[in-house]
Amino acid sequence: MIETLDMIVGWAAAGLLVFLLVPLAMTFVRMVIGPGYADRFVAVDMLTGIAVAIAALTAGATGRREFLDVGLAIALISFVATCAFAAFLERKGR
Amino acid sequence: MATILTLLALLSKFVGVVFLFAAALGVTRFKDTLQRMHAATKAGTVGAIFVMLGVVLQLQRTDATVVGLAAIAFLLITIPVAGHLLARATYISGGSISGLAGDDALKGVLPREERPLEERIFAQLASQAEEEREVEGRRRRRG
Repeated sequence: MIETLDMIVGWAAAGLLVFLLVPLAMTFVRMVIGPGYADRFVAVDMLTGIAVAIAALTAGATGRREFLDVGLAIALISFVATCAFAAFLERKGR
Repeated sequence: MATILTLLALLSKFVGVVFLFAAALGVTRFKDTLQRMHAATKAGTVGAIFVMLGVVLQLQRTDATVVGLAAIAFLLITIPVAGHLLARATYISGGSISGLAGDDALKGVLPREERPLEERIFAQLASQAEEEREVEGRRRRRG
């Protein structure tokens, strides 16, 4: 009973992983067409959020814990990247 | 107990993916940079946190729980800071606020450019190209 439930949850994680490709594609479209630099930076921020979720779901689907570390690292890098983008926009904006 | 936790994990992951979908919809459909940021930072954070929580509940191991909760805490601390910085930079660099309903409450508080950054950069490039063309034409006339 528990084993089948675990298997179902693993498959559900894989299915949700596939379903997450839709928001990923939508955000990517915004990053490509976004009229201004600020729109593109917002889309990149959102893309890293989706990437954290994808890393976590990969950990759920494969049962390997290391992918949670990947998610943590992506979150760390995305913070620094967003701060750098904001500094660029604010400095060039004057 | 384990069964309930596993079902909770499934529910949590599903809720997180739905929130991420809503955030992507907002990023695609809203008409203003700051409105898009509102969708991306709030719904995106909640979605990522719910997915992370679901995976932590699913794995039910100490190491996974520690790393997952650390990631959740880090996301909760940093995303408001990053969103604030990006919104401030957008306002200062002259991003569009056409979706604003009332008055511009930040007028006079923060300096703000008239035109967005990309327009100014393109105008600068165009004027540079114009100057080069003039110099080239003058040289050709003299020669």
